[in-house]
Amino acid sequence: MYGRKVKLRFLFIIIILITLILTVFLILKSLEENVVYFQSPSEINSSAELNKNKIRIGGMVKKNSISVNANEITFIITDFKNEINVTYTGAIPNLFEEEKGVVAEGTLKDRNFFSASKILAKHDENYMPPEVKAALGEK
Amino acid sequence: MLYSTIGHYSLILGLGVSLLIVFSSVKNFQNSKTVGINILSFTFLQFFFVVVSFFSLIISFVLSDFSNETVFNNSHTTKPFFYKVAGTWGNHEGSLLLWLLVLTLFIFIFILKTKNQPTKYKLLTLIFQQIIIIGFFLFLIETSNPFNYLFPSPDEGLGLNPILQDPALAIHPPILYLGYVGSSIIFSSALAATSLNLVSRKWASHIKKWILISWFFLTLGILLGSIWAYYELGWGGFWFWDPVENVSLMPWLALTTLLHCILVLERKSILSSWVIILSIATFTLSMCGTFLVRSGILNSVHTFANDPERGLFILIFLFILIFLSLFVFFFFHKNEQKVSHRFFWLSKETSILINNWFMMYFLSVVLIGTVYPIFLDVITSKKISVGPPFYNKLLVPFLIPFLLMMAVGPRLKWIKSQLEGKIYLITLLIISILLAYLILKNFNQNILINTVLVSSAFYLFFISSRDFFSDKLKNISQNIAHFGFSLFILSILFNNIFSSEIITNLKVGETFENSETKIVFESLNQKQEANYKSIIANFNIQNSNGDIDKFSPELRIYNQPIIVTSEADIQTSLMKDKFIVINLVQNQKFFNVRYQEKPFMLWIWLSVMLIAIGGLSGLLKRRL
Repeated sequence: MYGRKVKLRFLFIIIILITLILTVFLILKSLEENVVYFQSPSEINSSAELNKNKIRIGGMVKKNSISVNANEITFIITDFKNEINVTYTGAIPNLFEEEKGVVAEGTLKDRNFFSASKILAKHDENYMPPEVKAALGEK
Repeated sequence: MLYSTIGHYSLILGLGVSLLIVFSSVKNFQNSKTVGINILSFTFLQFFFVVVSFFSLIISFVLSDFSNETVFNNSHTTKPFFYKVAGTWGNHEGSLLLWLLVLTLFIFIFILKTKNQPTKYKLLTLIFQQIIIIGFFLFLIETSNPFNYLFPSPDEGLGLNPILQDPALAIHPPILYLGYVGSSIIFSSALAATSLNLVSRKWASHIKKWILISWFFLTLGILLGSIWAYYELGWGGFWFWDPVENVSLMPWLALTTLLHCILVLERKSILSSWVIILSIATFTLSMCGTFLVRSGILNSVHTFANDPERGLFILIFLFILIFLSLFVFFFFHKNEQKVSHRFFWLSKETSILINNWFMMYFLSVVLIGTVYPIFLDVITSKKISVGPPFYNKLLVPFLIPFLLMMAVGPRLKWIKSQLEGKIYLITLLIISILLAYLILKNFNQNILINTVLVSSAFYLFFISSRDFFSDKLKNISQNIAHFGFSLFILSILFNNIFSSEIITNLKVGETFENSETKIVFESLNQKQEANYKSIIANFNIQNSNGDIDKFSPELRIYNQPIIVTSEADIQTSLMKDKFIVINLVQNQKFFNVRYQEKPFMLWIWLSVMLIAIGGLSGLLKRRL
């Protein structure tokens, strides 16, 4: 038989291994559930299946497309190829303007309608989110 | 023009002195009893050169010398004096120069103040520190020189991003950098001590001061950034799990773990390898922070300048440092003398060790959440983002055992502890659970996890407050910090549970009303300031008791660069913050209004300050 000390050490290592595996498993699992993918209007248009999960859409706010009433704001996100109508209730950032880049987070109702729960703040006039740049670059 | 030249050549001279220091340290290494007055004066000279360079940059900013590219990009003649000065480190080049300034300052103080340690150790620390300093000199001069010359010199600068024109953000970078850079001393010293096989109790109590200093500043720095984000970004919160925030939280977690380990090393001379690894990790994470923020890889609030060349340089530099430290660790580190040190399961060191694991778990969650999107983008070019739900889900449940260990751990003795005479531990636990249950029940919040969380936070709160009145209080700094932490968690919990928010779009003169609150948009004023035009909206807000509060949130339209910012109007009281912020919807008469009531906001800031004060008192106690 092994001594008590060896057994203890063995137990210790096993516990550490189990915690490690558990940690990695937990993290990866929740990553899978909580990750938000980014798509452009064209990608949504060409996708075979409608993504029902929370996603982010980026592009330009179309000219003369913003309209407001007491409860919601509607506007159109375009990547100059395809467009998507967005309805939104909530706070908007200062740099939310027509013909400026925007990223909206929310869920798709169908291929043309998007219900946003968050509009992401951008803090620099000249700054374009890398995702939006990439999405517009594909045109 | 003149000052740019002075600044530039000062930098080059500083780099020259670096080589001189390394050379004379190596020469003195074998045969010197003391560090030598020449090395001390070289270190001072280097610091002096960097100070000259830094002040030349400040003067260039104050004089609005637009022949300097950095000044041109980040300043403007109409900017207030205070922000001309603060703008010096509000940009990439200037902030790196500030890094360098703090690096040279710290190593000078280190050489000057370190007594009772072997000369070889001091010299070796100096050499390792100089490697870092040389790296920063090269980085600064090669890829981000603050003194680049523009010809012909423009008449007007581009201006500083208005959201950075804020007192909290003016002092946030220097304080944060004191924390970051303090970890460089810990790093160099840990490597030096490992190479010379000096990792001992004596070394532990010496380096503990430096750990406390950088921990104090890092805590304060994060706090300032968070306060700024709260009132300036108008997102109505204090922590958004934004990558840039995470990047400052990671070294903090590592440093906090290190702070606890060094106590074990100081008392029991165990865990030495762990301490070394943590020292390396803390500095590496601080460097990573600078790398991620400054390279423009992260899509975040701070992404202003991005230049792939800079990113590459820091990345290579980082790898050199990591390889160097791993090399030193594996080849020189000898495990502590074979003294049998038994761990009993119920002892202070076990509880510290267990909480260390929790900290490491928190650290890995934050690390993975922050870098995973980057990796996925590089490998599959899918763009993703990881939001607060991820962190809440993975971190919050583990806070419960963490808080309990934090409460019980300090009550245990070193080596072996008994449970006898500790009935109060159980009594207080029961009281905490009951109290939490009653409070939440009273407000119709019956979520189990909230109740358990609140009870464990109350538990820590009661136990650490009880200790303030105990006559056997041994470790006041620990107690203040732990008490602060319990207060912190409690305030966050109550803040989250009891916050309320109204978001609506209103025109001037319109009224929003629901069962509890009535918001009246009274009127609109305009005002012209030196570098911005301000639109002030006046609101009357009536709560269910009929009390009326007046608010005037503001929109500022800056002229250079043309940017609109919202200034939230916040009414702070002991119990709750009332927060209102407006945004203009383009081409419409509507204003987007967000009104929030956030209980205990003030206590979040105060409790973090308490935590920091705990660290500071630990430092002062040593000095007395």
